[in-house]
Amino acid sequence: MTSASAPVRGRTPARDVAGLGVGRAFGFVAPAFLLIGAFLIFPALWTIYIGITNYRLTGVEAVSPSIVGLSNYTKALNDALFHNALWLTMVFVLGSAIIGQNVLGFTLAWIMRRTRPAVRRTVEAFVLLAWILPSTVVAYLWVAFFDRDGGTLNGLLGTQGTAWLIDYPMACLVVFNTWRGTAFSMMLYSSALQAVPPSQLESARMVGASGWQTLRDVVFPHIRGHVLTNTLLISLWTANDFSPFLLTKGGPNHESETVPVYIYNVALQGGELGYSSAISFLLLIANLLVSLVYLRLLRRRS
Amino acid sequence: MAGIDIEGLATVYPNGVRAVDGLDLHVADGEFFALLGPSGCGKTTLLRTIAGLEAATEGTVRIDSADVTRLEPGKRGVAMVFQDYALFPHMNVSENITYPLKVRRVAPATRSGVATRTAGELSLQGLLERKPAQLSGGQQQRVALARAIASEGKVLLLDEPLSNLDARLRLEARTFLKKLQRDLGITTVFVTHDQAEALALADRIAVMDSGKLRQLGSPREVFARPSNTFVANFIGSTPMNLLPGKVTSESDISVVSVPGGSLPAATVSVPADAEVTVGIRPEYLTVASGDISGPALRGGVVVAENLGTQSLVTVDCDGTLVGVTVPEEAEPSPGSAVVLTAPATRVLLYDRESGELLARQPAPVA
Repeated sequence: MTSASAPVRGRTPARDVAGLGVGRAFGFVAPAFLLIGAFLIFPALWTIYIGITNYRLTGVEAVSPSIVGLSNYTKALNDALFHNALWLTMVFVLGSAIIGQNVLGFTLAWIMRRTRPAVRRTVEAFVLLAWILPSTVVAYLWVAFFDRDGGTLNGLLGTQGTAWLIDYPMACLVVFNTWRGTAFSMMLYSSALQAVPPSQLESARMVGASGWQTLRDVVFPHIRGHVLTNTLLISLWTANDFSPFLLTKGGPNHESETVPVYIYNVALQGGELGYSSAISFLLLIANLLVSLVYLRLLRRRS
Repeated sequence: MAGIDIEGLATVYPNGVRAVDGLDLHVADGEFFALLGPSGCGKTTLLRTIAGLEAATEGTVRIDSADVTRLEPGKRGVAMVFQDYALFPHMNVSENITYPLKVRRVAPATRSGVATRTAGELSLQGLLERKPAQLSGGQQQRVALARAIASEGKVLLLDEPLSNLDARLRLEARTFLKKLQRDLGITTVFVTHDQAEALALADRIAVMDSGKLRQLGSPREVFARPSNTFVANFIGSTPMNLLPGKVTSESDISVVSVPGGSLPAATVSVPADAEVTVGIRPEYLTVASGDISGPALRGGVVVAENLGTQSLVTVDCDGTLVGVTVPEEAEPSPGSAVVLTAPATRVLLYDRESGELLARQPAPVA
């Protein structure tokens, strides 16, 4: 009996939930930290550094770049092509993400809610297909669709000879990206709509609320958080999307040159790596500001 | 005025289940009407079909003698309170109550007047600015009732109105609900699986099973004279004893032999030697003292369960267990031999095959 009450020898147990202790816990997360450091943090810092140099792809500055301070940034603020790229990115985000993917995704989710499971699964499979195909494959499909000679769209409309990607490049990109990204919004809204209690929808129906009144008074208040989160994600993805380059290369005459495409063109066509890094950093700042606005809106809800 | 007439109503789900199966029912104006049955019996589907949330496959629903079978729920003049109350969490009490008026684009000033008045009727004063999450279960239910009343329907439908409340609150809400219905005089149909709730609240009860009506009557009729063994089994907090029996003598008072002895039965329509099911409620059996000359049951006490003011004693009568309630402090000790008697008017005879009530004399007034 006396031995049972003697203290058990050994290390004092760790006080965290998993019982690992700080040392071993750090061991577990170290590989992840290494990867994040090597592929995310280091390149980001490197981009910021290059952004204040006159580093170029070729020539003297490629070998020995010199620090130029903020002159890349002042150049960007006065660069008409950069202004153009910013404007086109806003049009692209507003048209294809905030309006296109959001509205189409929600509409599909709302309609699919009441359809038979077989129909729903088929539609979901097709929409998801657009989402999971590699960008290069999808871009090739859409180039074929919009093609001037023998393109599918011209074949459907009987407008042979219309060069859609040259005559209406931004409209084509908006349609393309809406098609490409709607799956995410549809899936997210499908699950969000399941969180709306059926009895609340039926209550609205019992008092004779119209479809729009039901959406406004019952559905949207329930999924407001989902709408904000979804809009944030698809806005950022669309703003940073590079696949427009695969369709139009930014042309004709910079008419579809969104910021990521402009960065690529400045860096690899123009060879101005320092300047393109500065613009990249500006894009990062813009993304950060948009995120902060969304987060503030989200917090106001609770 | 605003009665409900249901004729040959059937609601069939896409998978072929006939949830409501050819039902005829009349609910009178101002009546408090219960749809009672076990889960899956079709009572909720019937309520939802009256509301218009489910489409009737056959038959008609008339409210206030107008055919509403094909009308949208919002056009039927029907208000409904859902089991989970379905309050809108982002609206405060006042907005919830007046939502039916907002849908009809009633002016905000009129709406706030209605909110104040209705909240007064349902003792919700001082809670108008609160959100539903800040209310107790009983208050939430009253807000849901207030919203239904504010919509000024001719008929009020309640889906399991008391099931989301805890036991203590349930009793309070039951009294409140009954008084409210009396005061408003609005035709009310409610669904419940709890027979005690139906007996306590309703003017009339429809007992349902498998989408069909099994009995329709006042709580007293349904309790004292269940018209078949299904209803007999379902109604009553202590289940009715259903014993295999055989009619032995046929006169003004029949005698039926059952395991452990015999019982008298006031019936004239059953021939001697007929095989029947004998139904007798534990409340109507008495533990007799002294010698008994008439028909009686004899057996040994197996177990006694305390129910508060009375005890449920289970007696083994020749291998068949019979329940009998006795007043507190009068319970026989387990193992002792007892004699049980019952008044002839309380003994019910059911057809052994169909389970339908055989005796057809006027219902005794208890």
